[in-house]
Amino acid sequence: MSTDAAPQGREMPAFGRMCVRGARRLMYAAGGIVVLLILWQLGIMYLVSQPETRVFGGFGPIPTFQKFPELWEQGRIQSAISASLVDRLGTGLLIASIIGVPLGILIGRSRRFRDLSHSPFQFIRMVSPLAWMPLAVIIFATWNGAIVFLIVIAAMWPVAYSTAAGLAKVDPNWYKVARNLGASRLHILKTVILPAIAFDIFSGLRLALGVAWIVLVPAELLGVTSGLGYAIRDARETVDYSYLTAMLVTIGVIGYIMDSVLVCLINRYSWYHRRKN
Amino acid sequence: MPVRGVDIKIKGLTHKYTPKSPLTFEEVNLEAKPGEALAIIGRSGCGKSTLLHIMAGLLPSTGGKVHLGDTEVRAPSPRWVMMFQAPHLFPWMEVTQNVGVGLRFAGWPKKKIDERVDEALRLVELEKFADHNVQDLSGGQQQRVALARSLVMEPEILMLDEPFSALDAFTRASLQHDVRAIAKRIGINLILVTHDIDEAVIMADRALIMAGSPGKFMDELEIDLPDPRNREDPEVQKMRARLMTAFHDATSSARGQRPAVGDEKDAGTVQQRGSEASAAVAG
Ligand SMILES: Nc1ncnc2c1ncn2[C@@H]1O[C@H](COP(=O)(O)OP(=O)(O)O)[C@@H](O)[C@H]1O
Ligand SMILES: [Mg+2]
Repeated sequence: MSTDAAPQGREMPAFGRMCVRGARRLMYAAGGIVVLLILWQLGIMYLVSQPETRVFGGFGPIPTFQKFPELWEQGRIQSAISASLVDRLGTGLLIASIIGVPLGILIGRSRRFRDLSHSPFQFIRMVSPLAWMPLAVIIFATWNGAIVFLIVIAAMWPVAYSTAAGLAKVDPNWYKVARNLGASRLHILKTVILPAIAFDIFSGLRLALGVAWIVLVPAELLGVTSGLGYAIRDARETVDYSYLTAMLVTIGVIGYIMDSVLVCLINRYSWYHRRKN
Repeated sequence: MPVRGVDIKIKGLTHKYTPKSPLTFEEVNLEAKPGEALAIIGRSGCGKSTLLHIMAGLLPSTGGKVHLGDTEVRAPSPRWVMMFQAPHLFPWMEVTQNVGVGLRFAGWPKKKIDERVDEALRLVELEKFADHNVQDLSGGQQQRVALARSLVMEPEILMLDEPFSALDAFTRASLQHDVRAIAKRIGINLILVTHDIDEAVIMADRALIMAGSPGKFMDELEIDLPDPRNREDPEVQKMRARLMTAFHDATSSARGQRPAVGDEKDAGTVQQRGSEASAAVAG
């Protein structure tokens, strides 16, 4: 088979290549964070040097990080995370996926549904989630319910539209091949459709997480007495500067971790141009 | 020689895509012996793919019956497997997973799938590429994976719908030889649909000429040549010329019967394609 030569050699084993890439990325990430901390410290030093802003020293990185053990011992970080992440964000994203994925499949598979739903969906999507807030508070008995509703209404669109876009790229010949080899409908869903669009679903979920995270904290600034947004308000009201910045850092770190997890999932399930790694 | 193939019987097969569309073909009858390699040749649009899809159970017929062995075809089955013009592999799977996917549908345990897959990969000479991602393979290698994916089911009949037309002339020639050799070795039926007369002469024991609108079998020719068949062999050349003549007689008599727009041009395409392919291989 002289015509079927291997298209490319592979010099380094995949695992070694991955380690080198990982170490490089880690170094850059650490470097970036150090730069950020230095800029933060410089800014605070400037504020402290000015007589009228001298009191803001508590916003600096050193008092902020010194504050963490205390907050952790009091259980404030844990309870804020549990309320924001599990009760509200987690529930909201779960419901958004349960609605969004089937909705996306419907949009992707049925032309009639896509055409019919386009205008109303764009209309609803373009209303800022926070603009729903007063309405949600009136309708839902609890603040928690209202916040989950806001997350759902913000997060379901990216999930639905990414799913639909993924489905549009599924080659109909794959269904034919699968049927030809004796696949049932369930086989086709599990072996063809889901692996083909998992990457798109997770990409949608990543966008959804972004908007949900942005909606969550301001929503928690009102009404509720738990969660990350509430902790920030609490810190402001008790004029505890380092508490305030510690919670800001917590919000950033958690958002970053969740986003990284989704990026990992997206990479794990992406199959486009695999060879270009 | 082992024979795993079966009797093929098609009786009075008729097809329309929709109640309002014209007949794709009408009253098609066909019989083949176990292990026989059959080629159906005809210009594009005469209904070859449609016929093959019906035989594979991928499309319903409008009338008539297809019997493969003792079974009437109503749905796809691992006993008769089709290879398409393009490999249509699943790009998120490695070579082995693509080859074993049909056995997974059939609920085989993983260990037995692995054994069978190894065997099939040896048959198509791809064992070195077992753990490659299919996107890293050339077109010819991908079509070999598709072949292994079909063979792993141990079908009685392998149906091929212009399976090599997207490949370069050299790869095409080597695959044509290999598929015939493998089919003969394991004793299965081949049903090959093609518009390439050379391909029919190299791969088939018998060629059926399909023409007209609606399509019909107009003529057939026994291709009684020893293996391996070589394009430069005078006997092969002679058979090719005979098939070409039969093809032209059949298409012109079909034209006389029912005039169809664009017939002249399409018949020319087949002839041109045939000589192009042989020129490419000879050169
Ligand atoms: N899905 C379809 N719907 C309606 N008509 C079709 C469809 N597929 C093919 N046809 C028509 O049926 C005829 C036969 O097509 P096909 O079986 O693909 O021919 P061949 O494989 O010989 O080129 C053609 O005239 C084609 O236009
Ligand atoms: Mg065709």
